Amino acid sequence: MGRLKTIARRTFLIGSAAVVGGVAFGVYTVRKPHENPLTADAGEAVLTPYVKIAADGITLITPRADSGQGVYHVQAALIAEELDVDLEQIKTDPGPPSPAYWNTALASEASEFIVPAAGMMQDMAEGAVNSVMKVIGLQITGGSTSVPDQFEKLRLAGASARETIKVLVAAREGVAVADLTTASGNVILPDGQKIPYTDLAADLDGAEVVQDVPLRDPSQWRYIGKPMQRIDMLAKSTGTQDYGIDASVDGMVHATVLMNPAQGGGMAEYDASEALAMRGVQAVVPITGGLGIVADNTWRAFRASQAISVTWEDPSFPLDQADHWSALEAAFTPDAQDSQKRNDGDVDSALSDGEILTADYRAPYLAHAPLEPINAIVRVEDDRAEVWTGTQIPRFIQANVSRITGIPADNVTVHALMMGGSFGHRLEDEVVKQATEIAMQMKGSPVKLTLSREEDMIHDFPRQIAMARMQGKVANGQVEALDLGIAMPSVMASQLSRQNQSAPGPDSQIVAGAWEQPFAIPHQRVTGYRAQQLAPISSWRSVGASTNGFFYNAALDELIEAAGADPLEERLRLCSDPLARQTLEAVAEMSGWSGVGGITVGSNTGRGVALTKSFGVQCAQVIEVTDTGSGIRIDNVWVAAEVGRVVDPVNFENLVQGGVIYALGHAMNSEITYADGVAEQSNFDLNPGMRLYQCPNIFVRGLENGDHVLGIGEPPVPPAAPALAGAIWAATGTRLREMPFSKSVDFV
Amino acid sequence: MQLRINGTLHEVDVEDDMPLLWVLRDELGLTGTKFGCGIAQCGACTVHLDGVAVRSCQTWAIDAEGADIRTIEGLGTPDALHAVQEAWLTEQVAQCGYCQSGQIMQAASLLAENPQPTDQEIDDVMSGNLCRCGTYPRIRAAVKRAANLMQEG
Repeated sequence: MGRLKTIARRTFLIGSAAVVGGVAFGVYTVRKPHENPLTADAGEAVLTPYVKIAADGITLITPRADSGQGVYHVQAALIAEELDVDLEQIKTDPGPPSPAYWNTALASEASEFIVPAAGMMQDMAEGAVNSVMKVIGLQITGGSTSVPDQFEKLRLAGASARETIKVLVAAREGVAVADLTTASGNVILPDGQKIPYTDLAADLDGAEVVQDVPLRDPSQWRYIGKPMQRIDMLAKSTGTQDYGIDASVDGMVHATVLMNPAQGGGMAEYDASEALAMRGVQAVVPITGGLGIVADNTWRAFRASQAISVTWEDPSFPLDQADHWSALEAAFTPDAQDSQKRNDGDVDSALSDGEILTADYRAPYLAHAPLEPINAIVRVEDDRAEVWTGTQIPRFIQANVSRITGIPADNVTVHALMMGGSFGHRLEDEVVKQATEIAMQMKGSPVKLTLSREEDMIHDFPRQIAMARMQGKVANGQVEALDLGIAMPSVMASQLSRQNQSAPGPDSQIVAGAWEQPFAIPHQRVTGYRAQQLAPISSWRSVGASTNGFFYNAALDELIEAAGADPLEERLRLCSDPLARQTLEAVAEMSGWSGVGGITVGSNTGRGVALTKSFGVQCAQVIEVTDTGSGIRIDNVWVAAEVGRVVDPVNFENLVQGGVIYALGHAMNSEITYADGVAEQSNFDLNPGMRLYQCPNIFVRGLENGDHVLGIGEPPVPPAAPALAGAIWAATGTRLREMPFSKSVDFV
Repeated sequence: MQLRINGTLHEVDVEDDMPLLWVLRDELGLTGTKFGCGIAQCGACTVHLDGVAVRSCQTWAIDAEGADIRTIEGLGTPDALHAVQEAWLTEQVAQCGYCQSGQIMQAASLLAENPQPTDQEIDDVMSGNLCRCGTYPRIRAAVKRAANLMQEG
């Protein structure tokens, strides 16, 4: 692990030093810079891979995918900050799949995706010619990395483009570059005359891009750190925002799929004669693991799919839920040990005598279930293919369509479209593979594949199922020892297997959100156990930390209770990281938590607290609930998160509130369970999440004490469930050790 | 059959039981109304029938014949916003935005019927509309802002 980290760090530093408008990152790219993937049409200029200037407007390229987190807006604001354009003046475009846009932060130490990313980086550094990643690049949106990855890169691109424009104007007008200023998309001459950038488009074509432009001091920022109007807000308030599911291509047919409901199982035989006789149905075609149904209207395809009888084969994983739990219980063995990234003090001696506390914790499979059902349009012709879809992995899609069709990747065009949510769901691309297989049997016709909610939810590639075992001890009113074992199947192995890649080495997600927590318990050990691969699983908002943040904080709470200490005071006493301490102090101050009086045990009202460090972010939450007699009501949530720099306070607050709601909703009432190999929850009636009437007040504070700029998409999720469990214990005296909590308590 | 949508009469050739949602989206290209669940559990497909919010995924085309159907496209436009949309913009409600057409249509229907709803009434009426991104605090604020905007006229 140490060696991989060293390589990753070195690579990152080389990248940072060698940056040219944010283009060249990484060893491979330093040797052979990625080509700018943008091409200039007549009268246009392309300045860096991120800025395109034409006579009729300026386009900023925002390659990280927007699933609702506002990252198109944030990327545009970072470029505009240095380019000196107004956000009202520009268009954004996600750009083509290209190695120029690869995600450096995903491979840096800042990211908890370090294992697969570092493995890839090692291949890159060692020049392994067969590395899939070298071909595909890391143009991935995930791991809350968009802001850390691009905070400098995009400003540098904007600055380079701005200075290039100034150099051209200076030469043309015979003035010094230093005498020119820029504002609102204009170069301003010393006499005050303004020349719009767009008037310079033709002349700028082919201009040599100015490099090594120093970035502005934060005191000069116009956008960063200030409330902004998100650029997509008008479209999203008027029904004029087009999502993938709204896309339309001339000659398009509508399709859906009927896949083996036991995910990944095969199809023995089928009879589609009734469906084929239904109005509007054009074809029923076999694809891997199921059928594609092609019609002239999505609803007609849905209805036809219900008229097909199929004999399915069993999946490769256990058919019944109880066997999934048994597999986790069986994994707590030395043979299944995956990692032991923390082993402080002498845990074995500490736990060899005295009163030992033990507890088991469980977290279920969970669907991502973004509200836009998964969809894609694919057109396959003899020598080229085209894809329109909302995706976090455009380069994987390009490679997969190429592999399935035999068409060279260069002839596979991917249009990345706005996503109606993701939460990690669109890190998968099965829908594109399915649409491609259908489209190959409908040569030349664009096939728009839309999944029904039921098909989508039962094939969601859910969050990992996970289990933890705690042993611990207290002494003299303090937490003395914590031994936490966590068992789950490997998310990375499951996810990467669908991209035909292996995930060598330990999977750090098995212990993410537990092993690296900022609490100096004298004897502390965190061990990861890799259970057998069960149902196929995928990255769900905050990944390993989504289960482990609960396990770690819930275990800590039980020890603190045994010690007779206050949950917040004892966390502060144990806290080993100044940033975490400041975060806990902030949430204590916000919530008015004071000493042991902060919680009330056994009365109607209770408070809980949790802190999880994930994706580099220290995030602390205090939650207050009331036991109404007919169920638990969540009243208030206070959140403090240390992100180094809040890029847009409005969007920041919205994302944190949303993360808390996503986490609490699922902790309250959601799970995926399997019966006969099939997910039992297929729609929102059985898998509701939080509804508006259940939504508490959520007070948010972003802290900027740290040096690193960090992303906020995922870190609000892990501490929410344990803070809720702590609050419910304080209000009712009931310890919750298994999610969803609705197994034990009612919610109103 | 003939459907009056946003003031315009459209002739469509569809089954009686095709949900209005799919007539709007796939037959007429009015994609502002969203498909989310298909079983009236999420509210993304909310439209107005004679001013009242309904789930278009559970409304047969034949049952909408003769009604005044209004979709998000007919509520307001980027150049001429409805008060609810103006409030949504000011409060910056949306994240992914996919549910917001339905949320806005539900809120507009609520305020047309009840111009000054209480917090409890807002919660009651808006809780059938799911938002997976969790924009609920902003939805509440935007409904109240819209009520005030409409009050000021």
